[in-house]
Amino acid sequence: MWDSLAALAQGFAVAVQPLNLVFAMVGVLLGTIVGVLPGIGPALTVALLLPITYKFDPAGSIIMFAGIYYGGMYGGSTTAILLNAPGESASLATALEGNKMAKAGRGGPALATAAIGSFVAGLIATLGIALLAPWLVEIAVNFGPEDYFALMVLAFVTVSATFGDSPRKGLVSLFVGLALGLVGLDKLSGQARLAFGVPELLDGIEVTTLAVGLFAVGEALYVASRRRHEPETLEAVRGSLWMTRQDWRRSWKPWLRGTAFGFPIGALPAGGAEIPTFLSYSTEKRLCKHKDEFGKGAIEGVAGPEAANNASAAGTLVPLLTLGLPTSATAAMLLAGFQQYNLNPGPLLFAEKPMLVWGLIASLFIANAMLLVLNLPLVGLWVRLLAIKRPWLYAGILIFAVTGTVAAKPSPVELAMLALFGLMGFVMRRQGYPIAPVVVGLILGPMAETHFRRAMQLNLGDATVFLQSPVSATLLALALIALVAPIALDGLRRFKSAED
Amino acid sequence: MSVIRKTFGMAGAVALAVALAAPAAAQLELRIMAPAGPGGGWDQTARAMQAAMVASGAAKSVQVFNVPGAGGTVGLAQLINAKGDGNQLMVNGLVMVGAIITNKAPVTLDKVTPIARLTGEYLAIVVPASSPIKDAKALAAAVKENPGKVTWAGGSAGGVDHIAAALFARAAGADAAKINYIAFSGGGEALAALLGAKVTAGISGYGEFEGQIKAGKLRLVGVTSPNRLAGVDAPTLKEQGLDLVIANWRSVMAGPDLPADKKAALLAAVEKMAKSPAWAELLKQKGWDDAYLSGDAFAAFLKEEQARVADILKSVGLAK
Repeated sequence: MWDSLAALAQGFAVAVQPLNLVFAMVGVLLGTIVGVLPGIGPALTVALLLPITYKFDPAGSIIMFAGIYYGGMYGGSTTAILLNAPGESASLATALEGNKMAKAGRGGPALATAAIGSFVAGLIATLGIALLAPWLVEIAVNFGPEDYFALMVLAFVTVSATFGDSPRKGLVSLFVGLALGLVGLDKLSGQARLAFGVPELLDGIEVTTLAVGLFAVGEALYVASRRRHEPETLEAVRGSLWMTRQDWRRSWKPWLRGTAFGFPIGALPAGGAEIPTFLSYSTEKRLCKHKDEFGKGAIEGVAGPEAANNASAAGTLVPLLTLGLPTSATAAMLLAGFQQYNLNPGPLLFAEKPMLVWGLIASLFIANAMLLVLNLPLVGLWVRLLAIKRPWLYAGILIFAVTGTVAAKPSPVELAMLALFGLMGFVMRRQGYPIAPVVVGLILGPMAETHFRRAMQLNLGDATVFLQSPVSATLLALALIALVAPIALDGLRRFKSAED
Repeated sequence: MSVIRKTFGMAGAVALAVALAAPAAAQLELRIMAPAGPGGGWDQTARAMQAAMVASGAAKSVQVFNVPGAGGTVGLAQLINAKGDGNQLMVNGLVMVGAIITNKAPVTLDKVTPIARLTGEYLAIVVPASSPIKDAKALAAAVKENPGKVTWAGGSAGGVDHIAAALFARAAGADAAKINYIAFSGGGEALAALLGAKVTAGISGYGEFEGQIKAGKLRLVGVTSPNRLAGVDAPTLKEQGLDLVIANWRSVMAGPDLPADKKAALLAAVEKMAKSPAWAELLKQKGWDDAYLSGDAFAAFLKEEQARVADILKSVGLAK
């Protein structure tokens, strides 16, 4: 363990050389600029910009790479908060409260808590990698499909409890999302479902196309339809541009809890970044002392999911570095970064090339810090975006949404889908249906199905496996409690008040 | 400032080197389609071709573009519209042969003009280190006894790994329709299932498993090559009495109805690239095996593979 810390310190010594800091800065800047396009998440940002890094020496290139990665991630949060256009599935939860805050003139604190929360999560998770990686990875590979399925069930239950005022409308939205999740080739049998002979639909519906369509395009249409009723411009800044003392007090716990969700789940080979952000969002909503603010812009709802998102990204480094398992699109891009130097991450990498591994971890951290240095002063500039007249602002959002979608998947079918989802978002908004559950359904549905069927296949059709595995049984029990407890408590309260 | 100057300086030097390396004879201005998203095997092949063709002077300029979707069949449909176009190539491979059948694609490879097979990668079959199965014979015996009880981890359904697992079952004398194949997306998840000993066996390109095999976490029971692979300490399946040879090959094709002179020009350009030191260097760097086979010989090979894949996909129930 002390060896790891010493190696980490050496890694830092390399990363803080002045030229390397310049590389980090350039990377963060480039990453942020490309990452603000909705539809372009950090993995794609890195893919697009990776060739630039080939031109430098190994250390400089990896540091720039890390900068691009964090810049891309932060760019995604920025558009989620300011424009309500989550650039990737992991910043969906951020958009929910973040955009409400921005519209209430609190975009500054929302961006700040996202940046600082990411930094705090990055700091803790980097230490986590140094101290816990070998131990955590043992648990992670023993996580079977039945355990993943139980985790999804828990996520479904807790998330659906946070769907807003009407559970009926929330569930309708969720089921629309689950139905959309069925479109495409069935992963296990290779058979097409609901594709109607359109080859582009065989790959399923892209989460970002749905999210950008429902959130950004739908909102643009909605705002246009209500133009007469609303003022021409939004108030960009109301109160302080910075986080107030109260904002800090309300943010630090969600940062820590978000990290606690994100890091371990990110370390699971099929964990991903979505589930921890959803879990963090619903936990914060439940624990928040200002419950009435949720849905209107509660800072906890930005702080928690952003920390969870960043911590899970660090978590994916655990299986990548210790076992050579690239478990996310981003990790696969990191792998490509390693392969530039003919290095193949695997179980022997830590032993054979400790300097490079720790140098990478240190530079990820430096890049994260650089992000803070570079972007916090820019917060004031970003929020001015909202002071643009509405017709201009929303026209700009539409252009952003379309270019981002086309850049990610250049196809007319994709554009048609974006328009269709935009229309759907508009209708849902008018009728008071929440839109987030649709995206949640699209993300979690296929994951849950795949893991359920894998578990059944591996256990030759024996469904009792879900209760035999201790992890799965525990998670399912938690899900049951989460489902029953509110109803039971409610019943108890009524019973008591009837007694009185 | 220094960074900017350095970037521009490098770019300038590269452009100059490229300009000097390309002889005046090469007038081809090519567009190569990767019928998949950026980063995958076909995209990497297209981009490697781009680099090698320009460096070897096989073409004056090469542009790579991506048309992702449906196992490459969206891109294939587009290539079929490029009738007689002597400036466009498309990268594809065994995976597309399977995808056309399983996706019931409205387009097939019958219309396009096969140019050359470029690379190949043989598959490896592994078991967790803790498994009682020591070699391919033991695995074959287990499959023969009860094919449903042997769980396979590999890539997407109907892909090369799935096809190979089905062929293995058939070679072992079992019913290929009964295999219990679990499709994982991306290498990481399948590897995790193997390391956690959740599945009986795994099947994928050798490179995918190399690190784990060397670290002693996975046991290599056989490779699907005709002869032993250099630097790989494992017998072939053939040596162990299983008649199975399969490689995940990648190739390059041109549009339909290509005039003879344009076809000859493309064949010559690809040949020049495939024989160049720049290409050899790229193959080494990416860990791909050279499997160059061009023109009619490749067309004949393609026909055989199409028939074999169609047959095995039918027998596992993925195609009718």
